[in-house]
Amino acid sequence: MSHVNKVDQIKEISGVNPLKCMKCGKCSASCPSFNEMDIKPHQFVSYVQNGDIESLVNSKSLWKCLSCFACVERCPRDVKPGKLIDAARQLVVREKGQTYLSPDEVPELLDPETPQQLLVSAFRRYRR
Amino acid sequence: MQRIGVFVCHCGSNIAATVDVKKVVEMAAKEPGVVHAEDYQYMCSEAGQAKIAAAIKEKNLTGIVVCSCSPRMHENTFRGAAERAGLNPYMVEIANIREHCSWIHKDVEEATKKAVILARAAIAKVNLNTPLKPGESRVTKRALVIGGGIAGIQTALDIADAGYEVDIVEKTPSIGGRMSQLDKTFPTLDCSACILTPKMVEAAAHEKITIYTYSEVEKVSGFVGDFTVDIKKKARYVDANKCTGCGVCQEKCPSKKSLSEFNRGLNTRSAIYTPFAQAIPNVPVIDTEACIKMKTGKCGICSKVCQAGAVDYEQKDEIITEKYGAIVVATGFDTIKLDNYDEYAYNQSKDVITSLELERVMNAAGPTKGHLERLSDGKHPKEMVFIQCVGSRCADNRGKSYCSKICCMYTAKHAMLIRDKYPDVNVTVFYIDVRTPGKNFDEFYRRAVEDYGVNYIKGQVGKVIPQPDGKLLVQGVDLLDNKQILKEADMVVLATAIEPNPDVRKIATMLTASIDTNNFLTESHAKLRPVESPTAGVFLSGVCQGPKDIPETVAQAGAAAVKAIGLLAKDKLLTNPCTAKADELLCNGCSTCANVCPYGAISYEEKEVNDHGIRETRRIAVVNSALCQGCGACTVACPSGAMDLQGFSNRQIIAEVDAICR
Amino acid sequence: MSIETNEEFRPKIVAFCCNWCSYAGADLAGSSRLAYPADVKIIRVPCSCRVNPMFILRAFEKGADGVILCGCHPGDCHYSTGNFYARRRMTLLFSMLDYIGVENGRTRVEWVSAAEGVKFSQTMNEFVEKIHSLGKNVRLGDLRCKN
Repeated sequence: MSHVNKVDQIKEISGVNPLKCMKCGKCSASCPSFNEMDIKPHQFVSYVQNGDIESLVNSKSLWKCLSCFACVERCPRDVKPGKLIDAARQLVVREKGQTYLSPDEVPELLDPETPQQLLVSAFRRYRR
Repeated sequence: MQRIGVFVCHCGSNIAATVDVKKVVEMAAKEPGVVHAEDYQYMCSEAGQAKIAAAIKEKNLTGIVVCSCSPRMHENTFRGAAERAGLNPYMVEIANIREHCSWIHKDVEEATKKAVILARAAIAKVNLNTPLKPGESRVTKRALVIGGGIAGIQTALDIADAGYEVDIVEKTPSIGGRMSQLDKTFPTLDCSACILTPKMVEAAAHEKITIYTYSEVEKVSGFVGDFTVDIKKKARYVDANKCTGCGVCQEKCPSKKSLSEFNRGLNTRSAIYTPFAQAIPNVPVIDTEACIKMKTGKCGICSKVCQAGAVDYEQKDEIITEKYGAIVVATGFDTIKLDNYDEYAYNQSKDVITSLELERVMNAAGPTKGHLERLSDGKHPKEMVFIQCVGSRCADNRGKSYCSKICCMYTAKHAMLIRDKYPDVNVTVFYIDVRTPGKNFDEFYRRAVEDYGVNYIKGQVGKVIPQPDGKLLVQGVDLLDNKQILKEADMVVLATAIEPNPDVRKIATMLTASIDTNNFLTESHAKLRPVESPTAGVFLSGVCQGPKDIPETVAQAGAAAVKAIGLLAKDKLLTNPCTAKADELLCNGCSTCANVCPYGAISYEEKEVNDHGIRETRRIAVVNSALCQGCGACTVACPSGAMDLQGFSNRQIIAEVDAICR
Repeated sequence: MSIETNEEFRPKIVAFCCNWCSYAGADLAGSSRLAYPADVKIIRVPCSCRVNPMFILRAFEKGADGVILCGCHPGDCHYSTGNFYARRRMTLLFSMLDYIGVENGRTRVEWVSAAEGVKFSQTMNEFVEKIHSLGKNVRLGDLRCKN
């Protein structure tokens, strides 16, 4: 799969037009896991703009995003970086062609420190 | 039969590059009625117009077709040229072979073919043109200015200084508008009141200016030069002629719980009040919703203490009807509501305020007497955070899509003033872009950064979290350092987007002036006619047309005044002669046309007609050509086909259709 | 050109445009160089309400393959209410035309403002494409003109 294709795929899955971004950073300002991320939410938009999907899918951020959608809610430009991150995750999942975990494995792996918000968002994310 | 001349313009290469103009000339010459056809480089130039004039004289032309750019561009030019050569200007038709042909087609053969057809249609139309003479309508030498802010005041002063009567209609109890609420003005830091109040006084004292405060425009009818307007003068319950403005009534009024509109609801006022000390007129109004006398019938203290006997609880709203030649809209702006921006905690904390509220806080006549203090506990703040673009430049439906234009500068002003007066206060500004185009604007902003140590951070604020100890936790981002920032602040100031005064939509409808999706009034041409509404006789002044700062507003106010003066200076206006006209022999007086006419231009007369030798009196439609605007709605509604539109007659349009389909 | 044109068939299309919005929109399409097929010829009328159904019948009679009427957006009419009349009249006329065999696709009303050059060009491209798909109009033609 060429990376041009991947850019299109991300745009299609997320329904986001990264060109609308005016680099205000409100997404990063809103993000609860900002400090955990190597690529920050606002940078996600520019990575997609620049077509560097490879770095995105290999980033830590992909799995640090809580899908709390604060950035989606507050983005003044309707760019919604959270959806981009979601789409990039989707891309990885589709490439592997399988889910990593079976539901039975989940309770065992559950870290008592896991933020409640993550669980709620995970349910929201995967209930479909 | 007409004697028609066809003139094909090259427009340099604009037309000639895609349309074979020689071919158009050749084909046009074969059309019926055409006795002359030529082409020229630039038909609109002096030399081009001279060619038309020469041909009219030499060949005795009775009709002209110019194949050139859009009639919206040069129809008047060519009509003028024809008129100067002794031909009726309405015998000129334009075939638009630039915008509608050469500019949109690439293939020469195809474009040439189309140009020939367009020329043919125009020739067919001219064959049926008749000379028309514009009517005249009078101009009432009086102007109406809607809105009494700095824009309205300046426009009124400029018109009045030119010697014309002007009325200002202002909704609130005093003129002055937003500018009267400001503390200082950028970039020179003049005190706003010091430069505005003299203008207010000048307007009030001007013999040519009448000010209706606490009044609203109720109804507008008529047209350019001859508008009739109903103004509703709301009851003040205080006789303006008797009141001396001593202010005792306001002191003694026992109902003091109403929020002060002037101070943006940050403190309270009495039920009988003048909005601010320098109000013009200095006559209080009674707020009927707060007045104890009005609500319960008991009280009447203001009436008892008034030595002049000016308080009159029986006063009624009054309708004033006046005629105007020109109307200037100067309705101004307000800040947007922040209900959709919960993340900034505006509704949760008193210490999160808008910039306009900060103006009142900084003002000596404001709720804190000009001391910078937290509105929750009155403590002096140490850390202040300014957030830019709150509700501006938003693509979602929470805010406005446009840039409010003034916020970057007033925030720099606020930051600078605070740092100057209270060096112990740290000021941080979160911005997306700093936009300071304007004379001495960027220098001003740089001074805030370099000389006053204001901390500008590129990045937005995600949320503001009120803390139990009363502080505000601001979570923002520094995009240049790629760091998230958590900052404790004592006060947060939001650079709230501005929007046109919501009432403007109602006024625009009354004036049939067009308005855009953001409620800004549309100008006639974005570049070349920026202060005129597309509706003739209506002019735009100030922020009602788009975001502006004070110097721009004053400049536009002057420009609007000049346009209004230009109109008022005329004794008579020429009306569009392309009006409807009824054929007396066909009209059966059914009234259908009068029912669809949006201008009430059609009436009926008992008229004696000679119908093929039979003389009889019939009821016949008569069009008032001064009122008729030439839309043609009646022509289609007429069941007997008696009504026709001069200049766009049924036969002319059918001839065009035939020529195109031939 | 954005549509595939059949060499055999060049439709005749009449566009009535109101002077205040749509004609200006067409001018803007021109000055923005937004191409649309040359088959469209524009007739300027003061307002969409000036267009008599008779003109449209006449166009079909004389061999037009499609007629489009463009006016100001509802509520934006320079004469306040003209486009409402036009809308009502055309609704009736078009359903009548459809009944006698002039397909609905051959007639259209579109609101184009003075700022919508892009919309004007898009509309014309779409309309011409539609007429191409419908082919030549065979109804209403004036038989006296035929040989």
